[in-house]
Amino acid sequence: MGRTGMGRPLPNPAAETRSFWEGCSEGELRYQTCEACGVVQITPRSVCSHCQSALLAWKRSSAVGTVLSFTTVHRAPTEAFRAMAPYTIVMVDMNEGFRLMVNCDRALLPTLAIGGRVRIGFEDVDGMKLPHAQALS
Amino acid sequence: MTMNAFITGAYDTAVGKLPGSSCMGLHAEAALGALADAGLTVGEIDGVLCAYSFTEPHLMLASVFCEVLGIHPGTCLAIQAGGATACIMIMQAAALVASGQCQNVLVVTGDNRLSGLSRDGAVAALAEVGHPQFERPFGISVPAAYALVARRYMHEYGATSEQLAAIAVQHRTHALLHPKAQQRTPITVSDVLASKEIASPLRMLDCCLISDGGAAVIVSSKAAAAGTRHKAVEILGAGQGHTHEHIVAAPSLTDFGCKSSSATAFARAGVTAADIDVAEIYDSFTITLLVELESIGFFERGSAGIAAERGDLGIGGRLPCNTHGGLLSYAHSGAAGGMFHAVEAVHQLRGHAEARQVRDAKLAFVHGDGGILSAHCSLVLGVH
Ligand SMILES: [Zn+2]
Repeated sequence: MGRTGMGRPLPNPAAETRSFWEGCSEGELRYQTCEACGVVQITPRSVCSHCQSALLAWKRSSAVGTVLSFTTVHRAPTEAFRAMAPYTIVMVDMNEGFRLMVNCDRALLPTLAIGGRVRIGFEDVDGMKLPHAQALS
Repeated sequence: MTMNAFITGAYDTAVGKLPGSSCMGLHAEAALGALADAGLTVGEIDGVLCAYSFTEPHLMLASVFCEVLGIHPGTCLAIQAGGATACIMIMQAAALVASGQCQNVLVVTGDNRLSGLSRDGAVAALAEVGHPQFERPFGISVPAAYALVARRYMHEYGATSEQLAAIAVQHRTHALLHPKAQQRTPITVSDVLASKEIASPLRMLDCCLISDGGAAVIVSSKAAAAGTRHKAVEILGAGQGHTHEHIVAAPSLTDFGCKSSSATAFARAGVTAADIDVAEIYDSFTITLLVELESIGFFERGSAGIAAERGDLGIGGRLPCNTHGGLLSYAHSGAAGGMFHAVEAVHQLRGHAEARQVRDAKLAFVHGDGGILSAHCSLVLGVH
C-alpha cells in the first residue's frame, strides 16, 4: 500500500473537531458536552452519543486525567513511525469524562502506570500541536 | 429451536505463501470446492455473498466475483465487518434462505495478503482502521490497540504473559495435527516470551499470521439441503454485538460485544456455553481469545489463562478450541481467516477432522470479531 512511504498522518480537522484542534494550537484542551442532556462526549462528534441532540457545546478541560492503559510500540505501522520507535501510546480518561489517546514525554515513562495521574500538554508535530501526556507536577 | 438454515458445503484452499495465487483465483477455487462438496451445480446458486480484499480492493467485490465466475444470481452483495465478516455473512445467508428469498447462498472469501502485499504492507493497511484524528496521529496499529486491551485486562484480572503464551502454544499444537497449516514448527512458552516485542505486552508469537488462502461455505434452505452430499450442519443460533469502532471510544476495555452476541446465539439455539463440544473463536491475538472465552462465559473472569496452561483448550480438553490452529498458527487471509473457523467447525461436526477430531462433536460454537473487539458475531452449529 502506498501509505507506507508517507509522513506521519496529521489530523485533518472537520466541522465537528475544528474547535478541538484550534484549542490545541492555543494551548487549551477542549471537550464537548450536550446542552440537551448534559452528557460529556467521549470523543468529539456532530450529535450527542446519548440523546442524539445536535446541541453540543465546547468547554475547557482541566487537562488532568487518569491512565486507562498504555503500550510501547516496537513494530511501527509505517515508515514515519518507524523512525520514532519505540514510542508509547497512552489512553487517558480525563477528569471531565472524555478520553484521549496520546503519546507521552520520555520523562513520564519510568512512573507510567494504569491508574496514574497525568497532565495533558501539547507537542509540536510538523507545525501542528498534538495533545501529549506529561507528569502531573 | 431452528433458524431453518443449513450449511451444505464447505471448502478451504491451501494456505500460507501461495506464489501465483490471486484474490479472485482463491475465491473461484473456494467457491467451486464448496459446490463440489455439497454436490450442487453453479446453476443452483441463487445468492452470493462476498467480503472485501486488500490485494484487489473493489467497491463491488461480489459483482466482480460473479463476473469472474460467469454467474448471474438473483441476490449478490458484499459485506464488510472486519474479522466478524465471515460469521455475519453466514448469519445473513441464513436469513436469506430462512425467509425464502434464496435456496442456496454461496458465501465466499479469499485474499493473497502474504504474496500480494507483504507483511509490512498488510500491517500498514490495517493501521488505517485507526481513527484518522484521534488515533492514527499517535502511531496506533492493530497490535498496539489490542496491546492496550491486554495491559488493562492483565491489570484487572491478573492474566499473565505466560498464560497468553500458553494460548499460542496450544494453537501451534493443533496446527501440528493439520496437514495444511501454515506454521508447523513446535513452539514452547519460552519461545513465545522470547519472540520479538511488537507492542508491549504483546510479542510476535501473540499475533496472528498473514497468509494467502480462501474458504467458502454454502448455506441452504431445508428443502435444498435435502439433496446434498453430506449430512447438513444446521445453523441453530446466531447473534451479533456492536459497542464501538475505535478503541479510543470503547465503553470498556474489558467487556465487549461478544457477551451479547453469544447470549443471543445461545438463546436462539436453546443451549448454553456448557453444552458446546468444540469452539472455533477468533484469535487475532492471544489476548483476543482470552477476553472472548471469559466474556462469552466459557470460563470465569481471570481463569481462561489458567485453563489454557492446564490444557483445557486442547483436543480432549474441557473446551477444545481452534482445533485447526486458528489465525495464530493455521492461517489468516482477511475475511477468509474467520471463514477458516467456520469451515473447521463443519469438518468437526461431520467427523472429518482426522487427527484433530473432537470425539462425538455434535454442537459447535463459532465466533468472529472485527475492528478492536468492536463488531462481534456468534454462531451455534449442530448436527443431529
Ligand atoms: Zn445529549
